[in-house]
Amino acid sequence: MKVVVCVKQIPDPAIPGELVPETGTLNRDDKLILDESDSYGVEMALQLAEAAGGGQVSLVSMAPRSETSGLRTALAMGADDAVLISDDALAGSDALGTAKVLGAAIAELEADLVLAGVESSDGYTGTVPEMIAGVMGLPSITFAKQIEIADGVASVQRQTEAGYDQVECALPAVVSVTAGVVEPRYPSFKGIMAAKKKPVDSKDLAVLGIDAAAVGVAGARQETVEVTDAPEREAGEIITDEGDAHANIVEFLTELKVI
Amino acid sequence: MTLAQILLFAEGDADGASGLTLELAAKARTLADTVNAFAPAHGEAMAAELGAHGVSTVYALEGLGDGLVGVHAAAALAGHIEATSPDAVFFGQTTDGRDTAARLAVLADRPVSTNNVGAEVVDGALVTEEPIFGGTQNIFTAYRAPAPALAVFRPKSFEAEPSGGGAAAVESVAAIDPGEAGRATVTGRHAEERSGPQLDDAAVVVSGGRGLGQSEAYSMVDELAGLLGAASGASRAIVDAGWVPYAKQVGQTGKVVKPSVYIACGISGATQHLVGMKGSKNIVAINKDPEAPIFGVADLGIVGDVHKVMPALIEALKSR
Repeated sequence: MKVVVCVKQIPDPAIPGELVPETGTLNRDDKLILDESDSYGVEMALQLAEAAGGGQVSLVSMAPRSETSGLRTALAMGADDAVLISDDALAGSDALGTAKVLGAAIAELEADLVLAGVESSDGYTGTVPEMIAGVMGLPSITFAKQIEIADGVASVQRQTEAGYDQVECALPAVVSVTAGVVEPRYPSFKGIMAAKKKPVDSKDLAVLGIDAAAVGVAGARQETVEVTDAPEREAGEIITDEGDAHANIVEFLTELKVI
Repeated sequence: MTLAQILLFAEGDADGASGLTLELAAKARTLADTVNAFAPAHGEAMAAELGAHGVSTVYALEGLGDGLVGVHAAAALAGHIEATSPDAVFFGQTTDGRDTAARLAVLADRPVSTNNVGAEVVDGALVTEEPIFGGTQNIFTAYRAPAPALAVFRPKSFEAEPSGGGAAAVESVAAIDPGEAGRATVTGRHAEERSGPQLDDAAVVVSGGRGLGQSEAYSMVDELAGLLGAASGASRAIVDAGWVPYAKQVGQTGKVVKPSVYIACGISGATQHLVGMKGSKNIVAINKDPEAPIFGVADLGIVGDVHKVMPALIEALKSR
């Protein structure tokens, strides 16, 4: 079985983000790391390959400056190889532009199953996996919390507002994996060393046959007109508990007529 | 200046339209002369309520069967927007809303504007407002692709309000076969038990986080919620850890709540969580770390151990 996992390399969420003033898009000039949201897709792929008695897990990522540090993390977890699409014309791409690029790259890999995180931690549109399926003409099952593969059919528990739906789908298909549904493994030292030697196939737009005008800021066809500071909440009262702070809560709730 | 027509992606069930759908109807009325709706299911059942909220015509998709909503609704919508030329299509940020908008974006080759909390019309273009960086800033984006603009909105961004209209007209829309892309089928639907006040509309919400220490301690959240007639919620950390089901998650990837009182117990206030609850009218936070970001949004912050403060609070409420 061949599983392709989409992974995004994002600016470190622990460092406050900033916008590129000219485009209103996220500044990605600093080092990029593996989006934690995608570590669940990688883990799910590794578990499904193991359950199938072996298989190939390939990564696909689109990133500026041929960034590979996030890919190396996922390779160290156990993925076999990676495709990296990097091209200056991709800066400022929106979800649809990203899906066109990832879809074209994945189409060359002949995957049985394509996995992705439900949404990235920086852009969180939650639309790219479904768009990739659209671009590739594949079925998709989003918001998966459990995936089983048997006889070429994926059985998926898909999270809904009310609970979950059981969904069946013959492969190939795109499935997006909800954060938290598996425990991503920590790369071992051996894994980290091995990851340095695993193949990363770099591609640009020309190789994929994608018109630069369909992607990037121009392809996004949206214009940032204004960025404003959100009104801050007024600072409240902070009390250190000396054993009777619960009384302050009771008083507060009484004032609000909750009790 | 207004648009001629906005089409709502209307979700609901046999009992009527969802709260989020009605919120979008209220906003759409202020932006367009005519508001119509496209319902992937339950179109007939929602017609009276949607009409009362200003919708003129409900286009009801027939024959969805056990197919997934996104791919089937988008296939039908692609032809429908060609035929009826709406200026914008509004979706709620639900699982099916996001799926449908994403599929339609590919079919119609248009961008989708997501995570929106506001919208206006400027010089004939839809301008949407999206909170970024944990809600500390808002970015306003003008849609520059050909109509219709595709926009997805977060729950609780607008107030639902009846317009006093009669029932909406209902027109059937035939399903379009999406081909191989439509071969996934739903073989079972499971609803989690819903008892007591619901997160979406409770006046008071009590939520717990990692600071509770272990899953058993979540019972304090349930007990406090019970005493206050409140709904119980959770941070993503303890949902990911498997302590409580996803349905209880408050935050970016969970539910957006705006109760009159939100009580955060052992929640540090990661950006992920804050964006789901900072619109609450009053916020109480209990956390042992005085530097926790949750105190930045709290009206009453208690720096203390939840294992001491919560039992004392529960006792005090019981003895009243």
